[in-house]
Order: sequence, then C-alpha cells, then structure tokens
Amino acid sequence: MNPFFQRHRLGTPLVLCLALLLMTLLSFTGSAGLQRTVTEILIRVVMVVGLFIFVGHSGVMSFGHMAFVGIGAYGVAWTTMEPSMKLLMLPGLHTLLQQADLPWVFATVLGALLAAFVALLAGSVILRLSGIAASIATFSLLAIFNVIYSNWDTVTGGASSIVGIPTPVEDWQALAFAVLAIVLAHLHSISRYGLGLRSVREEPVAAQSCGINAWRQLLVAFVLSAFVCGLGGGLDAQFLGVVNPDAYYLSRTFTCLTMLVIGGSASLSGAVTGVIVLSVLIELLVRFEAGVTLGAMTIHLPTGSQEIVVGVVMVLMLIRRPAGLMRGRDWSWPMRSTPAKANLKARTPN
Amino acid sequence: MTAALQYLFDALSLGSLYALGALGIALIFGVMRLVNFAHGDVMTFAIFVLIAPTTEAVAPLWVGAWSTPLLVLTVLVAGAALSIVSEWLVFRHLRHATPATTMMASFALGFVLQNTLLVLHSSRPKAVNLWPTLSAPMNLWGARVPGLQLLMIGITMALLIGLAWMLKRSRVGLEMRVAAENFDMARMLGVKANRVILMAFGLSGTLAALIGLLMVSQTGLVDIRMGGPMMLVAFVSTVIGGLGSLGGAVLGGFLIGAVSTALQAWLPLDARAFRDAFVYLAVILLLLWRPDGLFVTSAVRQRV
Repeated sequence: MNPFFQRHRLGTPLVLCLALLLMTLLSFTGSAGLQRTVTEILIRVVMVVGLFIFVGHSGVMSFGHMAFVGIGAYGVAWTTMEPSMKLLMLPGLHTLLQQADLPWVFATVLGALLAAFVALLAGSVILRLSGIAASIATFSLLAIFNVIYSNWDTVTGGASSIVGIPTPVEDWQALAFAVLAIVLAHLHSISRYGLGLRSVREEPVAAQSCGINAWRQLLVAFVLSAFVCGLGGGLDAQFLGVVNPDAYYLSRTFTCLTMLVIGGSASLSGAVTGVIVLSVLIELLVRFEAGVTLGAMTIHLPTGSQEIVVGVVMVLMLIRRPAGLMRGRDWSWPMRSTPAKANLKARTPN
Repeated sequence: MTAALQYLFDALSLGSLYALGALGIALIFGVMRLVNFAHGDVMTFAIFVLIAPTTEAVAPLWVGAWSTPLLVLTVLVAGAALSIVSEWLVFRHLRHATPATTMMASFALGFVLQNTLLVLHSSRPKAVNLWPTLSAPMNLWGARVPGLQLLMIGITMALLIGLAWMLKRSRVGLEMRVAAENFDMARMLGVKANRVILMAFGLSGTLAALIGLLMVSQTGLVDIRMGGPMMLVAFVSTVIGGLGSLGGAVLGGFLIGAVSTALQAWLPLDARAFRDAFVYLAVILLLLWRPDGLFVTSAVRQRV
C-alpha cells in the first residue's frame, strides 16, 4: 500500500467522504423532498464534525458550539443579503456591512472566521477552567449569544427571523463543505495538536510533564471547531434563507450533541455515523408526527414525541453503550479497524 | 437610604431563588459528581401539577384549586418524587460513568421531561393565579416591598438555617457531608450509599419544586421553558461558589442576585435587555481571577 496514504491514515476520511458521496448520489433517485433531507444531513455533518474537533479529542462536553453556528449564520446574513433589504430590516448595520454583497463561498468563510475569532476570545478564558466547570461555562456562552442576538434589534433583527437570505446551497455545495469539514478534522487529529490534546484528555498531569500546554491545545481545537461550526451555520442560513436566534439554541444543541454521543464522540467516524443514524431516526419520527397510514389505521404521534424518543434513545445509549456506536473506532480502508482506545474507561473521581 | 433598602430587598429576594436553585444542584453534585441539567425541568414538571393537562389556551386548575397547605405539600412531593424516580431510572445505572456522560444523560432527561410537558400541555404559557394578596406591597422603612418578596427571603433564610442544622447535627447530614468529601471512603466506613443519594435527590427535587412555587406566585404564569434560564443561573452560581461546596453555592446565588439587581438599576435603558449577558460576563471575569470558584473543594482539586 502507498506509504503516503498509510502514513497520513487517509483511509478514514476517504471512506467517510465516499459514503457521503454515495448518499448524495442515491438521493437523486428519490423525490425533491429526499434531496432536501440529504442536504440537511450534509449540513449537520459539518456542524457535528465541528463539534467533534473539540469534544472528541478533549473529552470536555461543550454546550456552547451552537453559538458559533449562529454567529456563522448571522455573519452570512449580514454579508450576502440585498443591501436594500438590509437597510429596511437591519438599519443598525455598519455601512461596510450594509453595502456588502459578497459571493456566497467568501461570505460563508468570513462568517466562520468571525465565529473562530469569538471562540478565540471566549475560549482563552473558558478553557482555563476545569472540565466540568468549563462545560457549564460553555453553556453560559450559549446564553450570552442568545441574549445578545435576540435583543440587538437593529443589527440582528431581534427575536424575529431575518428572511430573504439568498439560498445558493444545495446538495453538491453542502457535500463539498462536508468533505472540507472531514478533511480539516482529520488533519487536526493526525497533527501534533490533535495528538497533544488526546494526551491531555488521557493523562493531564503526565501530558503536562511532557511539556504539553493543555490550555493551548484546547484553544487550538476550540477555535478550529468553532470555525467549522461557523461554516455549518453559514450553510444552514443559505440553505433555509432564514435565521433566527432561537434556531441556534437548546434544541439544536441537544440534537447535535446527541448525534455525536450516539455515534461515539471519540472518533471522526463516530461523529459522521451518528449524524446519519440519528437523522434517519428523526426523519422517520417526524413523518409519524405528521401522520402515517399503515394499512387501515393512521398513526399520528403528538408534537414533541420525536424529542422524547430521541432523548430516551440517548439515555439508553449512555447507559448501555456510553462509547457510542463506533466505540472510538474508525471506518477504514481496507476494512481494518483501529483498536478501541481506552479513553472512555471510567475515571475514578479522586 | 430608601433606594438602598429597596435594592437590598430586590437583591435578597432574587438571590434567594438563585441560592435555592444552586443548593439543589450542589447537593447532588456533592454526592454523585453529577451535573444535573434536568434540575430546571424537574422544577417545571412539579409546578405543572397545578393545572390540568390540556392543549387549550386556558387551563383549568387541578392541584392549584386545593387548599394552600395541601397544594404546597403536593407540589413539593411531586418534585421530590420525580427527582427520586429519575435517580432510579437513569442515574443509578450511571454510577461509574464519567462526569461528561452523566452530564449528557441529565441533559437528555431534561429534554424528555420538557417535551413530555409539551405533549401534555402544549407550548403556550398559562396563567395560574396563586395567592394574589401576597403581591400587595407593604411599607417597610420607606421602601415598598411586596409581601411575597419578604416571604421568599423568610422562607429561604429559614430553609438555609434548617439545612445547615441538618447537615451539621443530624446523622443523615453528617453522612451527606462525608459522602461529598470522599464518597468511596464514606462507603467503606459504613455510610449507606443509596440512602444518601436518595436523600440528596429528594431534597434537591423538593427545593426545585419550591422555587417553582415561588416563581409562579411571583409571575402568575407557568411555561414549559421556565426551568432553563433559572437552572443556568443556578449552575453558574455553583461554579463561582466552587463546585461541590454547599455554602459556596448559596453565596454564589446571592452574589448573582445582587449583581443582576445592580445591573438592572444602573445599566442605561438601551443596555438593559442585555443584562444577563453582562451578568455572565462578570461571572467569567470572576472566574479569571479564581478559576476554581470562591471556595475550592476536594471535588476540583487535582491529585496525582
């Protein structure tokens, strides 16, 4: 086998990207609705892979990443909408943004850079805290984002939605960004930063004694993951054409974290697998909520039952198989799985 | 002088709510290292027994129509029961899991609870008018204070003194403190783990239900989302107090109450909508100064 291929462990990202490509191609045989669903899944892959870059390697749960998704989404709204509409809906924007009418890829990257910048500021403070306290602090980061974006009426449109964002994102565009997200995550995980962060997760004290600066490793992953999440937000805004602060709050935080945990947060394959498995489940449940006719009877679940089922699945999964479906392993080519890492063993509280 | 007094009462009453919330979270964290994100939803669930389940805009009272002592008792028992059941069904099976895993489980549980309420009651906020006479303002040394605020401060103080007494003097309290200090060691010395944990969950659920009652009598509304913001403040209080420290949690709650009230009074009008963002910012700045919170406990200290 090609040594370059093996040395950089390119099997995993290749298999994942091919799987996503296959899924996209298959969707063309189906209805327009199916194609939209697949695009949504691809956008979710971007977000969850973004979340994985931080949570997977550091083992620190983050409840704040949807703030970065939201920042990316609003960044795109500010830079791609018709200037005349912005003047009407968002009169408080700076003139530079007011007149901006950027190409969509450029705008998406710019929104993601804004998210990464916010992550750099917030992360440099939050990541000094211990694991549990840091998780709670990321939660307050999400709350800060929500308070600001729901009240800054002249710039974010307040709690109401901003409509009229151009929607160039379809399946191929989403696929391209999903591949980009996977490649970035993979490059980070085989880099010295990924390795350093994993060593901090496993044995913080030993890692420090080897000269690894835990805070710096965490911060690098935090900023990169915020960037990828920001890309996901930009795609989401340019897929739906609408942004709203509450769309990037608790419920999406829950969905994305559930996907990551069910797939297995310790490997990139786990993140992608989780998105696909859970998306299929959610899609089925949503169909049932709308009402499905089976033979003579119509099954009609009440609104909210989708979340209940997903929540129960999550709890059962955490009890039965806390390492997720993939248990820290990766899909690879040829089909040889790397041994499960010992990282998910229960750590004794001292 | 009057303004200062008014401010003091506002800060104390808001702080009492936060302190009770933080205490409920710290109790469970102390014995199980569990960050219970479902705490706010336990509170909401307990309070929703007041009204009959319906998806209509106006809900008939159910427990809310009963006589006051019975009503209070039922709500408190509902909170305690739900909390204990959640321990049986979920957290008992996660005793040896990592804190990150149990945290996620509690987050999922909270989501299930909230959406169960959504199915039963729909997402509309509903009016529940409990004890309207309580909100009539009373004149205290020139400050106009609603009776409810005094009641809240009174109840909180009484509860805190009662709990402090229980933790210091009674056997259960001793066991809980020992368990919070070093759970494995406590078990080896004959502390019944399950009893202590059930006790913590029961107490925490009761406290959650109590906050719910106080909030509803203040606002006159029940909403399936009311638990979230409350819970978040309570969490932040436990972090700035020092995770695992009961006294620190209470102090953190009062501190956040005071800062919120101060910001509400002093921020310019345009910036008032962003009050909570400033509060969290202040918290982050405080944590920069003391990353482990005000009181460092053995829960956060690292051993090699």
